[in-house]
Amino acid sequence: MQKSHAKEHGPPEAAGSFALDTFLDGIWKENPVFVHLMGMCPLLAVSNSVVNAVAMGLSTLFVLVNSNTVVSLIRRWVPGQVRIPTFVLVIATFVTVTEFLLQAISLEVHAALGPFVPLIVVNCIILGRAEAFASRNPVLPSILDGLGTGLGFLLAIFLMGAFRELLGAGAFLGMDVFGPDFEPWVVLILPSGGFFTLGVLMLGVNWINQRAKRRPAHAHAVHTPREAA
Amino acid sequence: MNTDSLAYVFLNATLVNNFVLMLFLGICPFLGVSGNFKTAPRMGVAVTFVMVISASAAYGIHELLTALNLRYLELIAYIAVIAATVQLVEMFIRKVSPPLYRSLGVFLPLITTYCAILYVALFQTARGYTYLHSVVFALGAGLGFTLAIGIMSGMREEIDLADVPAMVKGTSMTLLVAGMLSLAFMGFGGLGGG
Repeated sequence: MQKSHAKEHGPPEAAGSFALDTFLDGIWKENPVFVHLMGMCPLLAVSNSVVNAVAMGLSTLFVLVNSNTVVSLIRRWVPGQVRIPTFVLVIATFVTVTEFLLQAISLEVHAALGPFVPLIVVNCIILGRAEAFASRNPVLPSILDGLGTGLGFLLAIFLMGAFRELLGAGAFLGMDVFGPDFEPWVVLILPSGGFFTLGVLMLGVNWINQRAKRRPAHAHAVHTPREAA
Repeated sequence: MNTDSLAYVFLNATLVNNFVLMLFLGICPFLGVSGNFKTAPRMGVAVTFVMVISASAAYGIHELLTALNLRYLELIAYIAVIAATVQLVEMFIRKVSPPLYRSLGVFLPLITTYCAILYVALFQTARGYTYLHSVVFALGAGLGFTLAIGIMSGMREEIDLADVPAMVKGTSMTLLVAGMLSLAFMGFGGLGGG
């Protein structure tokens, strides 16, 4: 996030690559989940199957892009003291829209996600991006930033969902994968499995980053994540 | 046990469906503030306080909006009330205990975005709890949160002294420990929750 601020005043000829970077950063280097540890609650709670995980990821992506757009549009007219409540109201409006949309598309998925659809309001990724990026940047980069960050979240929650459904139920998207002899690891579907899966995923991300750090030839291309809190 | 009794609502919110370990609500403060055994329980008390106040307010809002037939504004109204409550608590703590105010730091205003608090408001509406039930539910949920974050902070202080591989250090370790704690809390399922 801090990186994006510094870039804001970059030379104008770099505008194209800046836009691309804004988009790509959200997916891996500045991944909201793996690097910034944001949006943990929905990530752990609704990742017990691929369908739920993807529905949650897409809903969050939708709200994030829309709220970033609106926040960026109104950024000049919002006084500093009331900006957070304003952003929250914008987000809450889009979440209400999402909830009705989801209900119209699939009642089943809406029921499975339960209270976690209205709880998108308090997903810190969305408020974080509104505050750190959209309130300081023009509309187009803000949309790209929302898309990138949203896809980063989608990637993380999809990985969680795929891992938990594959091993916890022996299935993928509800289809049997391992055949009838497979004994499902029920613990992964249970709440504690969410913590375990995320712990293991974090371990994997640490491993990849540490390996990358050890190769100095590519050091310039490697982003060092801030020390996890 | 009668599912409408106050004791059931309280126990269910505290142990059986512990907010942090069973429902994954309030994970951000759980991971962020649980590093220190001294501040963690205080954070829990602040969260409980906000929960109880916003639960009472949410009950009133729900009655009002239902009477006016404006149910679709519920979410927006709830979050506005929670933001105001947090502001109030922040001013109160700053006045009464400046050291606590400093130790909680940025996590205090962030209470606004804790899903646990909004969930209390949404859940009591969905269940149609009476005023008394709502307050007891909020108290139980807050106590459960305090319990979880207290246990976690004690364990993390011990882990800091232990020799763990560099790869697992930090968040990864915390999450694995939280998973085991969550497994242990599943034992309370026998109390008759669901």
